[in-house]
Amino acid sequence: MSRAVDLAVIGAGPAGLAAAIEARRIGLSVLLIDEQPGVGGQIYRATDTSPVSGSGILGAEYRRGGELALSFRASGARHMAGSTLVDITADGWIGFEGPDGVEFVEAAQIILASGAVERPFPVPGWTLPGVMTVGAAQTVLKASGAAPQDDAVLVGSGPLLYLYAVQLLRSGRRPQAIVDTAPRLPALRALRHFPRALAAPLYLAKGLRLLNEIRKSGTAHHRGATGIRIEGADAAESIVFQASGRRHSLNTSLVLLHQGVVPNIQITQALRCRHRWDDAQLCWVPETDEWAQTSRPGLRVAGDGAGIAGALAAEYRGRIAAIGAALALDRIVEPDAEERARPLRRLLKTELAARPLLDALYRPADDLRVPSEPDTIVCRCEEVTLGDISRAVTMGCPGPNQLKAFVRAGMGPCQGRMCALTVTETIASLRGRHPGEIGSYRLRPPFKPTTLGALAAMKLPDAPEIDRAGNTGTVELAEQS
Amino acid sequence: MFSRIEENPAEALVTFLFEGRPITARAGDSVAAALLLAGVATTRTSPVSGAPRAAYCMMGSCFECLMVIDGAADRQACLTPVADGMVVSRQLPLSGGGS
Ligand code: FES
Repeated sequence: MSRAVDLAVIGAGPAGLAAAIEARRIGLSVLLIDEQPGVGGQIYRATDTSPVSGSGILGAEYRRGGELALSFRASGARHMAGSTLVDITADGWIGFEGPDGVEFVEAAQIILASGAVERPFPVPGWTLPGVMTVGAAQTVLKASGAAPQDDAVLVGSGPLLYLYAVQLLRSGRRPQAIVDTAPRLPALRALRHFPRALAAPLYLAKGLRLLNEIRKSGTAHHRGATGIRIEGADAAESIVFQASGRRHSLNTSLVLLHQGVVPNIQITQALRCRHRWDDAQLCWVPETDEWAQTSRPGLRVAGDGAGIAGALAAEYRGRIAAIGAALALDRIVEPDAEERARPLRRLLKTELAARPLLDALYRPADDLRVPSEPDTIVCRCEEVTLGDISRAVTMGCPGPNQLKAFVRAGMGPCQGRMCALTVTETIASLRGRHPGEIGSYRLRPPFKPTTLGALAAMKLPDAPEIDRAGNTGTVELAEQS
Repeated sequence: MFSRIEENPAEALVTFLFEGRPITARAGDSVAAALLLAGVATTRTSPVSGAPRAAYCMMGSCFECLMVIDGAADRQACLTPVADGMVVSRQLPLSGGGS
C-alpha cells in the first residue's frame, strides 16, 4: 500500500464515514482505519452483515448506517478493517496492527473519530460473569442476531437502555425487569433548558414512545432504584436494590448495565491534547476549534469523541473536520470551505440545542458514578476497590497518576479505559475538589497493548522517529507485564 | 443465556474448537459472541484474585475477553471473528498472557 495519504481517519462510525466521504469529495486521498471487520462503528454496527437489519427490530435510524456505508464504498477512500491503532508519532506517522502485522503510514492530516464508550457502572458484583453492558448485549443483537432469554435484568438509565428493551420486545423477547436508576428530580430541573432546545421535542417524543412501548408490554419497571448490588459466587445469580421504599431481590443469570455514554478520549489523552471537564456531561472532552482541530496541529476530533451529541451530529462534525483538513492542506480556499461548512454548522447547532435538556434528563446518579461501598471494585483489571482508593487518598495520594503507584489502579490491560472516570470523580469527591483540578491518567502509546512479536515483526519505514515509536511501545509493555 | 432470534438455514456456518469441544457458529460472529451463544460463561480469570471473568463491553474496551486463540494469548475475543478450525481456550494465569 502507498505509505502516504492526505488524510487518515480513525474510526468507521458516522463521524469517520462522513469525514472520509466529504474529504474524498474535495479530492483528498483518504485511508480509514477501524478495528471492526465492517464499517458502521458501534451505532451502525454490522450494518452490512447484520442478520436482523431487515427485520425492523433495530429501528429506522439504523438504516442510515447502510446509506453511509454505500456512499463510503463509492467514495474511493481506502479501508483498513480489523486494524487497531497503536501509535501516532509527532511527525504524523500512524502505526496500526492489522491482519498483516504492525504497519505505518504517513498522514498529512488525521481525524480521530473513535466515538463513545459506555460510562463505567461500578457497583458491587459488576465483575461477575453474567454481567455485561447494555451496549454489549445490543452489539450481540446487531452483529449476531441474538438476544437473551427472558431472565435478563436491565439496570441503569439513558436512552440506549430503553431502546434496547424495546428492541428485545420487538424480537419477541422480554426482559425480566428494568431497574431504573434515573433520579426522579432532574426531570423537573431539566425543564429550564426547554426553550433553547429546538430539536429536543423530537428526542423527547422518541423517548416517550419507547417508554410507552415498555409500559404496554407489562415489563416490570422499578423506578428510582438505589443500592444496586449484584450477587453470586462464580457468576451473577441475583440483583438486589431499593425501590419504592423497600428492598427487592431478583434472581437472574444476566444483568445488563448502562448509564449513558462518554467520549472515548484514550487517544487524545495519550497524545496530550488539551481536555476540559464538562460539568453537564460529567466527562472529559478534548478542546477543539471551529474546524475540529485539537491543541495538537493536524489532529482533529469528530463525532461523540469530541463530546456526546449523537449520530446525526457526528456526521456533521465529521464533514466539518474533513473540510478543515482540506483547508489546512490548502486544497480548498477559505471562502469555499466556509460555504461548504455553513449548512452543516446550522444543522449541528440544531442538534446541539437538544443536548442540555437531554444531559440533564439522563444525568446519571451521583452514587452510581462515585461508589459508596468500600468493597466495590473500581479498577476491574487490578481489582482496586473504593476502600483502596480512600486509603491511598488518606495517605496523601493527590490524583489518578499517583494512584497508579499507590495501588496499581489503571495499570492493567485496559489501560484505565474502564476506571479513569470513576477514579477522577472519586478522588475529586474524597478531596472535595472539582474533577477538572484532579485530572486523569496520563497515558502513553501503544494505545492498546500489543504483543512483543508484533512489534518485533513490524514493517518500519526508514524514519528514525518510527524507531522511537516502536521503542516507546516496548517500554510500556515492560511496565505492564 | 443468549440465543438467535431466528435461525437462517442459508447462513454460512463455521466450527471451531473451544477447549476440545467443537462449537458451531455463524460466520461473522465474534469469538466472544459465539461463546456466549454456546453458553460458555467465562473467558478468563483475573490474574489478581483468580476470579472468573467474562466479556463485558463487546467493543474492545474492557479487555475482559482476553483468550488464547490459535496459540496466541491476550487476543480480544470480542474483536476476533470466528473461523473454521480455530482453536480457542480460556486465558488462565499459566497461558502466557501478558496481563
Ligand atoms: S468484551 Fe470488552 S474488550 Fe472484548
